[in-house]
Amino acid sequence: MGVRILKEKCIGCKLCLKSCPFNAIEIKEGKAVLNDSCTGCGACETSCKFKAIEVDKIEKKARDLSGYKGVWVFAEQRNGKLMSTALELLGEGRKLADRLGVELSALLLGYQVDSLCNELIHYGADQVVYAEHPQLKLYTTDGYTKAVVELVNEKKPEIILIGATNIGRDLGPRIAARLDTGLTADCTKLEIDDEQKILLQTRPAFGGNIMATIITPKHRPQMATVRPGVMKKLVPDMWRSGRIEKVEVNLSEADLRVRVMEIVKSAKQAVNLVDAEIIVSGGRGLGGPEGFEMLSQLAAELGGVVGSSRAAVDSGWISHDHQVGQTGKTVRPKIYIACGISGAIQHLAGMQTSECIIAVNKNPEAPIFDVADYGIVGDLHKVVPMMVEEIKALKAEE
Amino acid sequence: MKIFVCIKQVPDTNEVKLDPKTGTLIRDGVPSIINHDDRNALEEALRLKDRYKDVEITVITMGPPQADVALREALAMGADRAVLISDRAFAGADTWATSNTLTAAIRKLGHYDIIFCGRQAIDGDTAQVGPQVAEKLDLPQITYVKHLEIQEDMVLAHRALEDGYEALSVKMPCLLTAIKELNVPRYPGVKGVFEAYREKTVELMSAKDLDIDPDIIGLNGSPTNVKRTFTPAPKGKGMLLDGCSKETVKDLFSRLKDKNII
Repeated sequence: MGVRILKEKCIGCKLCLKSCPFNAIEIKEGKAVLNDSCTGCGACETSCKFKAIEVDKIEKKARDLSGYKGVWVFAEQRNGKLMSTALELLGEGRKLADRLGVELSALLLGYQVDSLCNELIHYGADQVVYAEHPQLKLYTTDGYTKAVVELVNEKKPEIILIGATNIGRDLGPRIAARLDTGLTADCTKLEIDDEQKILLQTRPAFGGNIMATIITPKHRPQMATVRPGVMKKLVPDMWRSGRIEKVEVNLSEADLRVRVMEIVKSAKQAVNLVDAEIIVSGGRGLGGPEGFEMLSQLAAELGGVVGSSRAAVDSGWISHDHQVGQTGKTVRPKIYIACGISGAIQHLAGMQTSECIIAVNKNPEAPIFDVADYGIVGDLHKVVPMMVEEIKALKAEE
Repeated sequence: MKIFVCIKQVPDTNEVKLDPKTGTLIRDGVPSIINHDDRNALEEALRLKDRYKDVEITVITMGPPQADVALREALAMGADRAVLISDRAFAGADTWATSNTLTAAIRKLGHYDIIFCGRQAIDGDTAQVGPQVAEKLDLPQITYVKHLEIQEDMVLAHRALEDGYEALSVKMPCLLTAIKELNVPRYPGVKGVFEAYREKTVELMSAKDLDIDPDIIGLNGSPTNVKRTFTPAPKGKGMLLDGCSKETVKDLFSRLKDKNII
């Protein structure tokens, strides 16, 4: 199934080797052969100049996709407050809806959270679908899945965007499975294919080493999650008006199999990396936990917060909630100062869209300099205190 | 108590290096490991086995034949039984199709009280397969588990949130996904490794054994398709400021000021 290499046409030129995201092509006896890692994705097809690679395109059983219309954003709220990611998704959803010429709806679930409806409209929604029920006051997988699936089946949106929070990532896959449709996780870019009017979902794959554009051609709705901080909110328009549609959902206590006994906020103030405008981050080059004290000073002078690479977290120098990167937070501050961070791909994946990146590193070959707008090659233990002094001086001037 | 643990063999993406000239990844010599969160899931199952009588742990993986190594490691750590679900027909599956395959296998394997998965795999980072298996088996789920207790037929768990946790309870059977904070996984001992290779077996299941509809597995059964893959374009090198002196720092800040960045 999937991919075939035509031996008589293959000349063993190795061009296809690089095109494979899974390292599944090998050269044996001067010909390309597929190994067990081949997933049949077909990425290699166009790399062959000799038409030696054939990809079977099996037509899927067509489902009736007509009648699916509109873009939905899951408006996650906790304790009566909207999550920032919901507003970011409205900004992105607005673009997609305009491109398709359809409406953008915010899907709000909760109990006595009416005041959030207008906020959602100010941030770009044409309409708020508001399901109010006492059993939706707190998030539960069972309650929220049931409510969302019922509404989707009734109203048939073509696209649903969900924030990849700990709740969104619990809910999204469950909904997609019940609706028997695809879900693309952690998209960093969403576009509309103008010809086919379908959603192009681009996400990092293989630890951020390659990007893959994913489509959901034969199933609806097309579902995607996006990490907090990746998309941009619109500037709220207080004059914007829209419709609020209150909808009924059928829920009883018996539907909720998991019981919420308590929600505990961590006593320590969580570091808000995602909303920070300035982040001063440290890595292995700091040499120890003391290094972070120096960075805190710089961050304090700049009015920013302290971030970290995975290496520093794994070394136990700072807690995980400071971690930026593929397994930490995705951030896009105005200024990102990376001190003693070499720039492993897993770190770059979480910060390379920052508006201005400043890197301080001893090693001029460090990959962090490839994404930095400004780089200083030198010992951070000297440079960082100089930065602190310089900012103090600038403040004094003003 | 019967516990199924779903694991995945993944390339150790932390070990991936980029070719400085072409910007593409060098995959040669990247070691395969048991996915981190899955190891936490297995460890928690093993701790339950240490604590209670009559706990039987079955590890399950879907993957190519070489995933046998990951299962042997799980056996060496203390799992009782290992099942490799392997068939070319499963290749290229997205999370929906993968969960169909795992669900079919789990149904064949019989009774369970807990299904344990890792939250997400480091090569895909989707965190979708666990919840999708739960949905297809019509089980309640608790994801992001960072603390676990058993009381009779109930599971009490702490589910991590960004700024704290939820204390949840659920009746078994249920599906749980583990995160790093749950525990510190053990290493297999020499005796365990010896037994895993000499005395224990890895059971094989193919598409035929699962009686599964070919339209819902593998690449062709997947609702999502890869349209194209590409290496992200490098941002373009910025400005490297010379020297590590006060002047350099001054220069930097005046540039930032000129551009209204600060």
